Amino acid sequence: MTTYLRSRDPNVFGRPGDGPLKVLAEVIQRRRDGAYHTITVAAPDIAERAKPGQFVNVAVEGPGTILRRPFSIHRVSSQGPIAGTIDFVLDAHGPGTAWLAERQTHDIVDVVGPLGSAFPIPQQNVPCLLVGGGYGVAPLFFLSEVLTRAGLRVDMIVGAANAERIYNAIEAKRMTASVTFTTEDGSLGVEGLVTDAMDDVIAATGTRVIYGCGPMPMLRAVSLRAKERGIPCQIAVEEHMACGVGVCWTCVIPIRSAKTGQLRMKRACIDGPVFSGTRVGWDVSRWHVPDGDAVEDVAEPGTPIEEGADE
Amino acid sequence: MTVDVRADLGALSLDNPIVTASGCFASGAEIDRFYDVATLGAVVVKSITLEPREGLPPPRMAETPSGMLNAIGLQNPGIDGWLAKDLPWLQGKGVPVIVSIAGTSVDEFAEVARRLRGRAGVVGVEVNLSCPNVDHRGLVFACHPEPSADVITAVTRAVDVPVFGKLTADVTDIVSVARAVIDAGATGLSLINTLLGMAIDVESRRPTLANVLGGLSGPAIRPVAVRNVFQVHQAMPDIPIIGMGGVRTVRDVVEFLLAGASAVAVGTANFADPFAAHDLLAGLRTWMADHGVAKLSELRGAVQMPDREA
Repeated sequence: MTTYLRSRDPNVFGRPGDGPLKVLAEVIQRRRDGAYHTITVAAPDIAERAKPGQFVNVAVEGPGTILRRPFSIHRVSSQGPIAGTIDFVLDAHGPGTAWLAERQTHDIVDVVGPLGSAFPIPQQNVPCLLVGGGYGVAPLFFLSEVLTRAGLRVDMIVGAANAERIYNAIEAKRMTASVTFTTEDGSLGVEGLVTDAMDDVIAATGTRVIYGCGPMPMLRAVSLRAKERGIPCQIAVEEHMACGVGVCWTCVIPIRSAKTGQLRMKRACIDGPVFSGTRVGWDVSRWHVPDGDAVEDVAEPGTPIEEGADE
Repeated sequence: MTVDVRADLGALSLDNPIVTASGCFASGAEIDRFYDVATLGAVVVKSITLEPREGLPPPRMAETPSGMLNAIGLQNPGIDGWLAKDLPWLQGKGVPVIVSIAGTSVDEFAEVARRLRGRAGVVGVEVNLSCPNVDHRGLVFACHPEPSADVITAVTRAVDVPVFGKLTADVTDIVSVARAVIDAGATGLSLINTLLGMAIDVESRRPTLANVLGGLSGPAIRPVAVRNVFQVHQAMPDIPIIGMGGVRTVRDVVEFLLAGASAVAVGTANFADPFAAHDLLAGLRTWMADHGVAKLSELRGAVQMPDREA
């Protein structure tokens, strides 16, 4: 058979290089974080290849389920006492995620990853603002570690409906220069949405790049605000996904080409999930808000983010 | 024991019977990141139309009990874009390619087919007569024998490779459509396409898919697919059939062969596991060896029918 067992580990399936693998991974740790569950699995080969913004697609069981469930990579550990692990965060809201939330230490889960595009890292030493909503903040922890290691200042805005749905506030504080919390019910931090805190944080920190991850209406609002401020904005999008590897074409999102300005339906799983927020055709997407403004690309000379070439 | 898994599809012979179901494998490159797709019997690519299509708005997918609904709307780069980018990659892999083609008129099908004539690596054309995600059901050619036959006649005139008609089970009598397609010159049949379905979100009271209706696939449809393969094979035992619909395990592959299929396509299972088709091929060889089946052809249509009293 031509499947290449990279590490001679019989539980790792795939090819050499930096592409995705299928790994039968042991659950090392599981913990409850407010409304969410964080699961740590041993997958050294995925951990080694993973970059912030990428995701894993995990096989689940449960009545009637047949498809995997995608989760952004929350953190990886490549060294230390439990090396070669990846963490992902889930909100148990259906039979598949409920099954996953019940996995115990030493259980085996079938994980495909790393999948999708990664957040581009600034070429210059500039202050970065990371904006997350709900458990969508998860991959921003990994990103924060990478940016901090590169010597960049990282500030964060974390929003949710209420305090219980703010993911791991203590760790967010520990790993950033500053973190601002917003809750819709005012139970923690600023009462309101993440965008209500953006102007103050941008003014206070001199933000030059914005990263976002969370619900699509939030990403739309963050992208619009970033555009108004002329700040490049990279977001990791969400869309219903069947395969996660680029073959089913279910997870598309309208993306405006940097070269031609033309809108094209791109796959969130393989062309994304990270896109420039200002390239998303929000006005033609299902996240369109009537009377909302169309967003156009802000790619301007001197932008600290290298824009990826699109076809 | 060594087993012979060659698949005989009349004018087309494949090294093994495991192929991909159109629309479930793109054009191969994405899955080739996991394993060498040239190990498959053939890659059946996602349906290609004359002009590029951006497809339907999302949400395009809903998971349903043991299945999924999709409403992609034939998003594809168009035949010229596909010939420029996807076919050269497939030719480089050396994997046999069966090109699924779609269109809204006989002329469109014929034109796409013409552009495939003489292309290296293209060993067959699958005519998608039955995509459920088109503007109205009248455009599903395979709902009626005559328009299906018209399309097949035009396509077989345009190409020099075997042509397979892909039919829908959403008809009263699939055998009559199958017969019309074969009489029009098709080498064989691909059975079955997705079934037209619908899901409603009871909280919002809205259809789950933006397109309202979609194509149902996965294990949920397998008995329907096996029944259709069986019925068509009983009526036309010499006609090659590529069987598909919810194939996930080796037992499913064997079930389709016993019903009368000569090759088996793997669809939705590729979404659940990128290695699905690869693993089924390995598993089939083992199953055959374990069961003392030396040749794949021994299984074809070998279902044992119950004795019936007169």
